Amino acid sequence: MPWVLRGLRNGVVTTGYPRRSDPYAEAFPASVRPLVVGSANGVPVDDTLCPTGAIHNRAGALQLDAGQCILCGRCVRERPDLFGWVSGSQTARLHRQALVVPQLPETDEAVELVRRQLAARVRRMFRRSVHIRHVDAGSDGSEEWEALALLNPVYDVHRLGIFFTASPRHADVLLITGVGSHGMAEPLRRTVEATPRPLVVIAAGTDAVSGGLVAPSYAVAEGIGELVDVDVWVPGSPPSPFSLLHALLLAVGRIPPEGR
Amino acid sequence: MSRSAVRSPAQDPVGALHHALHMRLASGQRFAALLGRGDPDAGTSLTALVAHDGDVTALSATLPAGVTHYPALTPQLPAAFWYERAIHDLVGLLPDGHPRLDPLVLPHRDDASRLLPHPGAPGQPDRIEPYERALSVHLHGTGVFTIPHGPVRSGVFESVEYLVETPGEDIPHLRIRPHAKHRGVQKRFEGMTVDDGVLLAERVEGIASVAHALAFAHAVETLAVARVPVAAAMIRVLHAELERIANHLDVLGKLTDAAGLAVATARFGLHKEHTLRLVGALSGSRFGRGVVVPGGVTALPRLPADEVTAELDRLQHAINGDVRALLDTSSFLDRVRTAGPLDPELARTHGALGPIGRGSGCTDDCRASRPYDGYQQLAPPPVAVRSAGDAQARMQVRIDEIEAAFYLTRQAIGRLPDCDTDQLSVVAQPGAGQAVGWAEAPQGEVLYLLDVDDAARISYCAPRSASFHNLMLFPSIFVGDILTDFPFNEASFGLSIAGVVM
Ligand code: SF4
Repeated sequence: MPWVLRGLRNGVVTTGYPRRSDPYAEAFPASVRPLVVGSANGVPVDDTLCPTGAIHNRAGALQLDAGQCILCGRCVRERPDLFGWVSGSQTARLHRQALVVPQLPETDEAVELVRRQLAARVRRMFRRSVHIRHVDAGSDGSEEWEALALLNPVYDVHRLGIFFTASPRHADVLLITGVGSHGMAEPLRRTVEATPRPLVVIAAGTDAVSGGLVAPSYAVAEGIGELVDVDVWVPGSPPSPFSLLHALLLAVGRIPPEGR
Repeated sequence: MSRSAVRSPAQDPVGALHHALHMRLASGQRFAALLGRGDPDAGTSLTALVAHDGDVTALSATLPAGVTHYPALTPQLPAAFWYERAIHDLVGLLPDGHPRLDPLVLPHRDDASRLLPHPGAPGQPDRIEPYERALSVHLHGTGVFTIPHGPVRSGVFESVEYLVETPGEDIPHLRIRPHAKHRGVQKRFEGMTVDDGVLLAERVEGIASVAHALAFAHAVETLAVARVPVAAAMIRVLHAELERIANHLDVLGKLTDAAGLAVATARFGLHKEHTLRLVGALSGSRFGRGVVVPGGVTALPRLPADEVTAELDRLQHAINGDVRALLDTSSFLDRVRTAGPLDPELARTHGALGPIGRGSGCTDDCRASRPYDGYQQLAPPPVAVRSAGDAQARMQVRIDEIEAAFYLTRQAIGRLPDCDTDQLSVVAQPGAGQAVGWAEAPQGEVLYLLDVDDAARISYCAPRSASFHNLMLFPSIFVGDILTDFPFNEASFGLSIAGVVM
C-alpha cells in the first residue's frame, strides 16, 4: 500500500484542542498540590520529603511550588493525607509566582498585569501564523521529544498556524528547554539578540523554570530566568505536549483570560 | 611481557592497570569505560570497567597526591580516546602521549588558576564556566565550517556543535563539540541519598530514564545485598521494553524524515505518541519516571493486565503494517543501504554498544549476557544482530528489537497475576563500598560506577551512557559527502547528547 493511502488510515486522530477540550489533556496527571489549605494537620512535613525543596511549610501553611516540582510523586506516596495529583494539562503560567499553589492573593493582580502587558506586545500575533525557535539550554533530552511531538498527527500544531523555524530571524517565540548550562549562556544570548521584537520567551520544563533536580551545580544556572527575560513558565519533568501547547497559546494570547 | 608486569602496582599503578586490562581484552573481554576521580593535589584514581559474561569488573589504579601526569592508555587502546579527554576535563590529570587532548565536556585552562569539578573529591565547586579559548587552539586545517551552525541547531534538537575540518588535501573530517550542555550531573550526585540519586539518574539521559534508573538501582542493590520482588522485576521489564519501543520508533521517524517520507514520519510519530501514552497510563509519567526505586518499584501498573495486552496488540499491529510498508519502499531502502558504514572490526575493538554495535556484528546485549530483573526469569528472544554495519543493518536490529520488546512486555505483564503483588520493593540500605550497575538502554549498555559512604550517602557516581561510548565512532561512518549524509547518519545513531556530556 503506498504511503499516501497509509496516511489516510490516521483517520481523525487530531485533537480538537483548544477549540474543544481534549479528554487526554484533561485527565493527564500534570501536577501535584497540597490537599489541605493552611496548617498541615498539625503534623510537621519533613524537610527531606521533597528532593527539590518544592514544598514549603511557611508558618504552618503548606505551599507547593510547581516550578520546582519534578513530579516524582514521593510526597503523594508518603503523605497522601497532605498531597494529591491534579489532572489537567493547563499548567503554563504568565508569572513565576503563579506556579506556587495555593496562590498568594497578591499574585492574582501581578498576573493580570503581565497578561495585559503581554497581550499588548503580541497583538500582531493574534491572527497570523506564529514561528517558534527552539533552543536547548541544557535539557535532559526528554523535553525535545515532547516539543517534537507537537508536530505529530495528534497535536499537529500546523493546523493552528504554529510552525517551528530554523532561524531566529523568523521567530516570534523562543521555546527554551533545559536548566541553563553555563556553556549555553552565550549561544542563548546570541539567539535572543538575533530574534526580532516583539519576542515571547517560554521556559519549558521544571529544569528551565527553576533548575529542577539538576541545580545547584557548578555548571548550570537555576533555570533560564537567570539568562533571559521569561514571559511564560511551564513546569513538568518534562512538560507533556499539551502543557507545551498551552504555553504556546498563552504566549500568543490565544487563551482567554479565565484559562490563565 | 611488558615491563609493567614485573613492576609492583605501587611503583607503576597505571602500568599495572594497563597490563591487567591488556590480559583481559586479549581473552575476549570488552573494554567498557575508563573513569577518573579525585583531585591531583590530594590523590586520584583511574578505574577501567571491563564487561564479560556474567559481570562487569572494575580495575583501578591509585595515583598519589601531587601526581598530575600518567602514561596515556589511548595509544594502545583507541577506545579510551574520549574517556581520557573527559578525565582531563573533570579531574585535571594529563595523559602523556594522548594523540589529541581537546576539551570534550568542560574546556578549561591548564594553569594554577583553574577550578575543576574533581568528581569523588570532597566539596562542591561554586561555579565553573567553560573556557572557550581552550577550544580554538586545537583547530587545524585550511577550511573549517560548521553544520549548519552550532551549538544551537536548526529544528528541535539537543544542542551540540559539529565541525567539518578540511586539513589540506585530506578528506574532510567531522569533529564533535558537545560541551555546551554540560550540566555537572556527576558532581550533583555526591552527597545525595540513593532515593534522591535514582531521580537524578532518570534525568541523566531523559529519553532512557528507565534504563538509567535501573543501572543505578542495580548498583545500590548490589551494595545493599537486596533482591527485588518478582513482581517488581516484571514491572521493570515492562517499562524498560516500552522505553525501547518508543526510542526505536523515534529513530524510524527521524530516518524517514531525513528521507522526506512525510507520511511515514507522521505514522511513526503517531505510534510513538501512543507508546508514550501507554507508559503514562501505566505510571503517570510518559517516560516511566518515578517507577524504579532502589529495592523495587513504587507501584503496580495503573491499568489492568488485559487492557495493557489489548493496547500492546493494537500498537504492534499498527507498527508492523508501517514497518512492512517501509521495507517495501525501495527509494528509502536505497538511501539506508550502505549508508554510514561502521566497520565491524572497528566496532569489535571499540566495543560498540546497542543497535550500533549489533548492526556491525557485535553480539553483546546485557539483557542476555548479564541478565537482571525479569530478564532472568523470562525467556528473551535471541539477540538481534546484523553484520553489514550500514544504516539499514542498524535499522533492522531496531525493528527486530521492537518485535522482541512486544514479546517481552506481554510475558512480563502476563506473569504479574501469579506474583505476590503485596510487596513491590524491599529495603535497599546500601553498605559502604563500591559497585557497578548495568542495564541495556535502547541506545545500548548503561553503566553506573557508584560509591556510597558509611552514612549511606553517595560519595561518587559515574554514569556511562552508550551515547558517550558510541558517539566517539560517529566521525568514522562518513565516507561520502558529509553534508548530504549527515541527517541519515545522525538519525541512524539515535543518541542523546545529554547522556554524552551530562
Ligand atoms: S512530587 Fe516530588 S518533586 Fe513534586 S513536590 Fe512532591 S516530592 Fe517534591
